[in-house]
Amino acid sequence: MAARKLSLKQKYGHFTRGLDWEPSYQKKEDIYPFAEYEGIKIHDWGAWEDPFKLTMDAYWKFQAEKERKLYAVIDSMAQNNGQLGITDARYLNAVKIFIQGVTPLEYQAHRHFAHLARHLPGAGLRVAAQMQSIDELRHCQTQIHTISHYNKFFDGIHDFTHMHDRLWYLSVPKSFFDDATSAGPFEFLTAISFAFEYVLTNLLFVPFMSGAAYNGDMATVTFGFSAQSDESRHMTLGLEAVRFLLEQDEANVPIVQGWIDKWFWRGYRLLSLVGMMMDYMLPKKVMSWSEAWESYYEEAGGALFADLARYGIREPKYADVAKAEKGHITHQVWSIFYNYAQAAAVHTWDVDDQHLAWLREKYPETFEKHYQPRYLAWREQAEKGERFYNNGLPMLCQVCQIPMAFTEVDDPETICFRVSEHEGDKYHTCSDGCKDIFDHEPEKFAQAWLPVHQIFQGNCGGATLPEVLDWYHINQGADNLDYVGSPEEAQWDRWMEGRRPTMPIAAE
Amino acid sequence: MSRPVSITLQNSQDGIAIADAIMADNSDADRKSFPAMTKIDCPGRLVINSESVSELLGREWDPQEIHMSVISLSGTVDEDDGTFTLFWR
Repeated sequence: MAARKLSLKQKYGHFTRGLDWEPSYQKKEDIYPFAEYEGIKIHDWGAWEDPFKLTMDAYWKFQAEKERKLYAVIDSMAQNNGQLGITDARYLNAVKIFIQGVTPLEYQAHRHFAHLARHLPGAGLRVAAQMQSIDELRHCQTQIHTISHYNKFFDGIHDFTHMHDRLWYLSVPKSFFDDATSAGPFEFLTAISFAFEYVLTNLLFVPFMSGAAYNGDMATVTFGFSAQSDESRHMTLGLEAVRFLLEQDEANVPIVQGWIDKWFWRGYRLLSLVGMMMDYMLPKKVMSWSEAWESYYEEAGGALFADLARYGIREPKYADVAKAEKGHITHQVWSIFYNYAQAAAVHTWDVDDQHLAWLREKYPETFEKHYQPRYLAWREQAEKGERFYNNGLPMLCQVCQIPMAFTEVDDPETICFRVSEHEGDKYHTCSDGCKDIFDHEPEKFAQAWLPVHQIFQGNCGGATLPEVLDWYHINQGADNLDYVGSPEEAQWDRWMEGRRPTMPIAAE
Repeated sequence: MSRPVSITLQNSQDGIAIADAIMADNSDADRKSFPAMTKIDCPGRLVINSESVSELLGREWDPQEIHMSVISLSGTVDEDDGTFTLFWR
């Protein structure tokens, strides 16, 4: 009689618990030296429940299938001039921020999940971390392969890893991840798997990728959804990991709550860049930042925190602030990029009338009153040939590193500005959320590498803007400045003329 | 009222079949369409039956194939040989 087939749960049990062993000649604390210093208490690693039960054979099978699908699309893009299918060249600036800002984070995640796969004492969690580490490397590679097609035709993509380590707006995502990878294993898990992937990643990938599809960017939607299919596994890991920590010991609850508060706010500040991309860089819109926030954070997050209430976990501190300022932040971030387009490897531009009407409709309480007049004044200057560029360097928040342009939550006409003192020096933060984070770990955040401070200290290539831009590897006059007048605009207009030829045109 | 669980699927051939199966098997499910994706919310609990998806696709569909089509989800996951379930405890 043939042996009975194992069920999915039995197979996974053998694969994880069955392949682990108890050490006999080394002490556990020597094998897992990072497991205890954060104060997290785990009594029974065997109680860990794996949400997804992917065995190694199934994992390779599905990942290979995802890759085959994706690379077929990439080939098709290359062969069929896929770059001509996007709605407008302005759209591509969102893709530039993505490769400059997000792709290097995938690589960081790959490295740190490999670290967790070695250092978490439970076999089930180690296996999940190992798979996630491989996933993140795949995301990094597929994003580079996909976007390399656009690099043949558009500016600002040519040296993204170099730029990631130096540019002022890219220090926002970079410092976010540096903060996470320099934390202990359980804080990293809570930060990245739970607060970022579970609670906030929906806002990063899902509406933005749907927007890519709507704007004819077949390549980005395909790598985005291919990555997102792995994210579903990652975010589920985040939820189960946090639940596991909370169930293991009551003393873990306040530690985990502190991490949730910190990383919710860090992630939310980081996502204001994505919100700006959604509201301003997509010529055709799927949903506004404010709608995405309501659907993915307020509804889904609300259900999640109601579920976790049984463990004594409450909604993240300052979630109410994030809700209250949802009508403001994307306009404030766009304004920062408009101010400093001369020092960025992306373009910004005048917001046209049709787009202004959409913003008025989506932000009836805030847009017309506070932001439209500013944009119209900028338009007037640009039409006189005096396009506004801010020639001063901005103060950066010591924690999130975004220029300090956010306003007080109850007063959109006053910049929000907080000060802390540490060992005789003053440190500035953009919000109560960032100030709390600084005050909790001043030794850590006092060391932040702030791009503006570094320029003033003479560490960024020189004292003039062209010298700093050279040090950034920005190709001046192409990568930076307004979209209007850029080589990219001229090229796009030529392509669009070629699309509707008035007479036959020979292939070049 | 029970809290909503949610799943977002690609508008691929398999993804659409999964969405159709969810709508047929979960009477309270609410379906929203976006470019390239479909989001389904359901109060309390949402079940995907492999039998229903297999019937719609005209081939044997393994619940683990959900990995090929899912974009996002909200809720606790329970996966076994015949079903994929999302719920809140």
